[in-house]
Formats: sequence, structure tokens, C-alpha cells
Amino acid sequence: MNNRHLYVLATLLVSVGLGVFLYKTLRLDFPLSPEAASDAWEVEVKIEFEAQGDPVRAELRVPASRTSLPILNEYFVSRGFGLTTTRADNQRLAIWSRRQPEGLQTLYYRALVEMRKSADPVSGGRAPEIEKPRLGGADRLAAAAILDEARQKSADLDTLVAQLAQRFENPAASDEHVALLLHRRSSARERVARVVELLAMADFPARSVHGIHMAQLGGGSAEMSHWIEVWDQDRWKVYEGVTGAPGDIRDYLIFWRGAGQLVNVEGGDHLSWTITMESVQLGGLSAAASRERLFSPDLWAFSLSSLPLATQNVYRILLLVPIGAFVILIMRNVVGFKTFGTFMPVLIALAFRETHLLAGIILFSVLVALGLTIRFYLDRLKLLLVPRLAAVLIVVILLMLIVSIVCHRLGIESGLSVALFPMVIITMTIERMSIVWEERGPREAVQEGVGSLIAATLAFAAMSWKPLTHLITTFPELLLVLLAITLLLGRYSGYRLLELRRFKVLAGKAD
Amino acid sequence: MLGLARRLRTAGVLGINQRNAEFIAAWNPRHRYPLVDDKLLTKQLAVQAGIAVPELYGVIEIEHQIRELGTLLAQHGEFVIKPAHGSGGVGILVITGRIRKLFRKASGDFITQEELDHHISNTLSGLFSLGGAQDKALIEARVHFDPIFESVTYQGVPDVRIIVFRGVPVMAMVRLPTRASDGKANLHQGAIGAGIDLGTGRTLTAVCGNDVVSEHPDTHQPITGVEIPNWQTLLNIAARCHDLTQLGYVGVDLVLDRVRGPLMLELNARPGLNIQIANRCGLLTRLQVVDKEIGQLHTIEDRVGFAMREFAVASA
Repeated sequence: MNNRHLYVLATLLVSVGLGVFLYKTLRLDFPLSPEAASDAWEVEVKIEFEAQGDPVRAELRVPASRTSLPILNEYFVSRGFGLTTTRADNQRLAIWSRRQPEGLQTLYYRALVEMRKSADPVSGGRAPEIEKPRLGGADRLAAAAILDEARQKSADLDTLVAQLAQRFENPAASDEHVALLLHRRSSARERVARVVELLAMADFPARSVHGIHMAQLGGGSAEMSHWIEVWDQDRWKVYEGVTGAPGDIRDYLIFWRGAGQLVNVEGGDHLSWTITMESVQLGGLSAAASRERLFSPDLWAFSLSSLPLATQNVYRILLLVPIGAFVILIMRNVVGFKTFGTFMPVLIALAFRETHLLAGIILFSVLVALGLTIRFYLDRLKLLLVPRLAAVLIVVILLMLIVSIVCHRLGIESGLSVALFPMVIITMTIERMSIVWEERGPREAVQEGVGSLIAATLAFAAMSWKPLTHLITTFPELLLVLLAITLLLGRYSGYRLLELRRFKVLAGKAD
Repeated sequence: MLGLARRLRTAGVLGINQRNAEFIAAWNPRHRYPLVDDKLLTKQLAVQAGIAVPELYGVIEIEHQIRELGTLLAQHGEFVIKPAHGSGGVGILVITGRIRKLFRKASGDFITQEELDHHISNTLSGLFSLGGAQDKALIEARVHFDPIFESVTYQGVPDVRIIVFRGVPVMAMVRLPTRASDGKANLHQGAIGAGIDLGTGRTLTAVCGNDVVSEHPDTHQPITGVEIPNWQTLLNIAARCHDLTQLGYVGVDLVLDRVRGPLMLELNARPGLNIQIANRCGLLTRLQVVDKEIGQLHTIEDRVGFAMREFAVASA
């Protein structure tokens, strides 16, 4: 027998299984323990305006997913509006439109955003072209004066940006240059736009960024904050708009870049919008599954979480069967336990999941003991094999019914779950046990029965051990590793543990 | 624990896993199993090859034939009924005589014709066969065993089990029924197993269950040192059974008939490992020796001679 073939196959299975597993844990951050929860927020933009019966077109600039702030889910809520989403120049745009709305209109955009303190991949690229602002006359002079002064007081890009931002943010009462440039329209967005213009004059490619700084906000209503991005040699550097200090963009949800408004409405008046944020309890697993769908759609398409929920639940149980089977394999081929039927204990263990362990063992023992008694009685009638099996099956089901009713009467609710035992398996167990009983004596029959129960208990313990079940249901690819070990054990030719005792007399003296 | 495993390995003890993986799976081709699993086929094969077997009186294959049982059995006062696909001695019914309408079992109890019919019907429906498949019932001559084992047998028929690897007998034991085994010659049912010196055919130590015994628990006669007559003939038959079935690792069960001499009872493609305990000796070392030397052993006589020479117990 060529063992190398087996080793190659096993290595292959292990590397594929572990490879997918590592990709999912390291890249997609699948949680290794079931308790891990993720930091998620629900961001809601509410837009309200009055319509007068004219065609309405409302545009909202919506954020795009990033590695550090993936959007796990988003909803667009509106009544009677048609919705299209477009993406142009790396800007996502949601457009609601309606022919003849009247009265107050409300539109919602809701995004489920996860905060993962991981860095975004550095986007390289060429330096963007500088768009020199077209300023005329007095404005131009004022801008040049502000820029000169800021240059005097700064040493590098960071300090230059800080100087400019702070001068526009807190102008001295006598600062006419600033007053001239801002034209008394002093919104935060305007101030950031001026800073960007001045930076362009100083030959620094810059642009404004508009979004919400999630880290600084608790729940409730969120302020739009306006930041500045400046191209520094090979990448964009980010500065907070108010202070001009370097900003951390990892928890900054970007709605749009450059000029423009968050919301544009044609055909409506009295536009207002609010942004609110709310912390959401999101299991680590569902967050990871959504991330998988976002970043590796191919992997997701072939994963458990792409199935309908009901089917998923079936597989959550089915995926446990290999664990049980593996326990049985160890018990039989490495320890040397005798059980009734190869995988009967696995099915009993599955039933234990519903009945709970102690009640399960008691119910199983009662059922088998009663069934055996009846089986011994039937033996005296000298029935043929198949009719006898059918008779025992009928009796087993009647016994299950009686046990349920009696337990219910006595108020022992766990007795009701007896119906979950696989009755055909129990019937076969009773039949096999009675044959062993007759041929090899009660001792061997009870021994094998107890052996089966112990194996079932161990299989149950393994199948209900949370960390293990979580690993298998989250990473079904680990079954490949289990398969590899199983294949290797298939060529295990060492002694079984119980054989050591059996052949002890042959071992000779210890030296 | 590991130390014990290492000592067993040094003693050349063969474990179940190793037997299954390296000997049964490697040397017994699947398609040859039916030859030994169906005792009727084995018997026909042996008769063709001129190996003596207990005489076959008849075969019951379908329920309907049970009605003709009476006429079939009319001329036989004693007989044995066994399932064609039985294993481990299960379902074998030995009738030693009859009084009027009753049949006397080996144990001395009597059963009626009706109970006999039911037993055969159970056999046909597969109660005693591996996997519960439909089966046949063989009715054959009862063996009158050689008086050599008279003193160390309680009812039943003692039989000789010889393990044959690639045509070379490697280990043998005689299985002696006890009261506990209900006259059956199966070790797990309580029969005694006594190792046999391959060189001389003389019995060595004996085990009952996992205990070493020196005398039969029911008859209190010494078991060790009984010499089996025509030992070389038995080894010859065993070696020929390998050629017959082409099974590389096979257990051959023989009985000694008082009149007809050694008869082949059945073959086993998955012989048990208790024979090692009965002989107080590991199998693995002997199997490896055979594996190495098989190239030089061409004829049956070569192989039997090799076994008698190589696996003889040095007289101390």
C-alpha cells in the first residue's frame, strides 16, 4: 500500500482547509470565539422638504465602503419615489425622483457601518493637477497676504495647514483679509474651502472632504465635519478642518469630496436634513459574514451564510455530525470500545442535544430496557425476522408515547423530548442487544450497551462544546482538516488502548 | 502505557488495526470473500480439490422447502444444521439423535419438529448471517471427533484453527468446548484455546477467557502435552486451503473425525487474534519471516516443512 499518496492527499486537504481558515480569520476578521461582538453604528440621514406638485429630483451623496469602515448594509426609504444609485468619479450618488409630489416629503438613507480599527490600503498614484483659484483684485491681495504670513509662521506642511485653518477659524476682529475672503458667509464648509484655495495658491494640491467623525460622536444627532486632504509627495494627508491638526481618517465616514452639497433638491423648498447615529449590537459573526459578502463576493457565494436561514440552521446541526463521527472513530479504532452499530451513538448524541444529557441517558435506558423486555416476550412467539422488527418498532413508538404522557402527567417536561430519539435506531439497538444477550450472555450485552452510551455521551460533549461548534459552523473548511486526520487514522496500525490490556500477558517483563 | 505498547511491539504482537490494514486489506482481495463467507461454496470448492469435509445431506434455500425437511431427515438419526453465512459459531444446531418425534440436541435437551422448523426459518431470514441478509441452511453429517480430545472436551466438537499466511501455516490452536461455552468451540463464548507447537502438533499452554489454565475446568484433565495425530496432514490441508481461495491471510478450521480423519469445517477471512494469547506468542514476527522467505517456498511441501522447522517451539 502506497502511503505517500495518502500523505500528499492529507497535506493537500490540510493546506486548503487551513488556508481558507486563515484567510477568513486574518483578512476578514472572522471571530474565533462565539462571544466576540463588533463595533457597529447605524447612520441615518433624514431629508425633509416641501413639494408643490412639480417634478422633484433629490440627490444625496452617500458614503462608499472602505476597509476601515465597511458599510455592511444600507437602506433607502421613501414613499412613492423612484430610486437610482450611481457612481461617478468615485462618488456614490443616490437619486430619488417623483413626478408630482405635494406637501412635506421625507426621505431616509440608513447605513450599517462597522468600525474596525484597521488601516486602509495606501492608495498611490500620481500627484493631482493643481487648480489655481480664480480670485480677482482685492480677494487676490488678501489671499496673498494671509498666505505670506502663514508661511512666515510655519516650518512645514503640517504647520502651514494649522496656521491657515486656525486663522480662518478664529479671526481677530481686526483681520480684514479674512473678513474680505469669507464675505461674511462663515460656515465651516466655506472656511475649509478657502483654506483649500490658499493651499492651491501655495502649489499644494488640496481638496476638502465632508463626512462625520464617528469616533468623536456618541449616539444621537451627528454634525457634518469638513476636513482637508493635501497631497504630500506620494499620498493624501488628512487634516481636521477646524484645528488644522492631522486627522485620523480611519473612523471618519466620508460622504463626499470637493465642492457641492450633501443634498440637492430640484423642485422642492424648505430643504432640511439631519444625520443621526446609533450604536448597534451586532454579533461578530454576522458582521464578518457581511464583510465577506462585501470584500470576497466569490467566497461568500459559496459559504454557509449565503443560504436561507432555515437551511443554515439545518447545516449547523449537520456540520456537527462529523465531529461526533470522529469521536466514534477515536473510541472504536484507537481506544477499542465496542458500540452497537457504527454511528448509532452519533444519532443518540444528536437526540441528547434536545433532551439534555441526563434526561437523555435516562430516557434512552428506560426505552431500551422496556423494549428489550417486550422483545424477549416476542421471542417466545417464534416470529419471522422482519415482522418481529416491525413489531418492535411499533412497540418502541408506543413506549415513546407512553413515556411522554406519563412524564407530562408527572410534570417532568423533559420527558416529552423522548419523541426526538431516532426510533428506527432504537429498534435496531434493541434487536442487536437481544441477539448479543442470547448469544454471548447478558454481561456482554450490557457492556456493549453501556459502551454505546459512553460513546454517545462523549460525542455529545464534543458536539455541544461551544468553541468547537463555533469553529466548525463558522469555518466549515476545517472539516477538510478533520477529513485529513480521519484518512490518516484510516492507516493507523498501532494497538488499540484496550488491546494493551488484552495482550498484556504477551508483553513479557518490564525492563 | 506507551512502555506496554513498545513491549508488545517487541514481542511481535499483532493488533486489530494492523491486522486489518496490513494483512487483511492487503492480502485478502474483496472478491474472494464470498468463497469463505458462504460455507456452501467453500464446501463445494474443497470437494472439487479433494479436501475432506463433513458430508452434506442437503440445503434448504427457501421457506417452502422446510416442509420437505421430514423426508430429507428421515434417513439420518444425527445431523448438524448451520447457516451458510453464519459467523462465530452462531446458529449452529447439533442433533445427536431422536426419540419418537423429538430431536435430541448436543446438550441433551429435546426439541420438537416445530422448533427445528422455526430455527431453519430464522436461518433463512438472515437472523444468524452477517448483515442480516437472506441465507441458506446447510444440513450436514455430525462429526464424531477423535478420542484424542475426549478427556478435555465438555460436549461439542473441539476444532483446530490454523492461521495460514501466503500459504504458510504460521500459528495453530485447538479450541475445546466447556460447559460455559455451551458446547461451542468459540473462545469469546468461554471455550478454551490451547496453543499448538507447529513442529510436533503437541498442545502448549491454554487460556480460558484471559486466564491461563492448565487443566480443563469441567473434566479436570491436563490440557498441555496432548499430541494431535497426523499433524503434518492437517498442515497440508491448511496450506491447500490457501491455494483454493487465494486469500493471503486466512484462518482454517479443521476437526478430527474418528473415522474419516481431518475434515475441513470452514475458512475465515478475518481470523481473530486470541490465538496469540493461546500460544503466548505474537503473530507479527512470524508473518514477517514468511514475508521474507516466501520466494524460496514453491510447493505445499516446502511451505509446510518450512513452518514445522521455523515455528517449532524449542523443547526446553
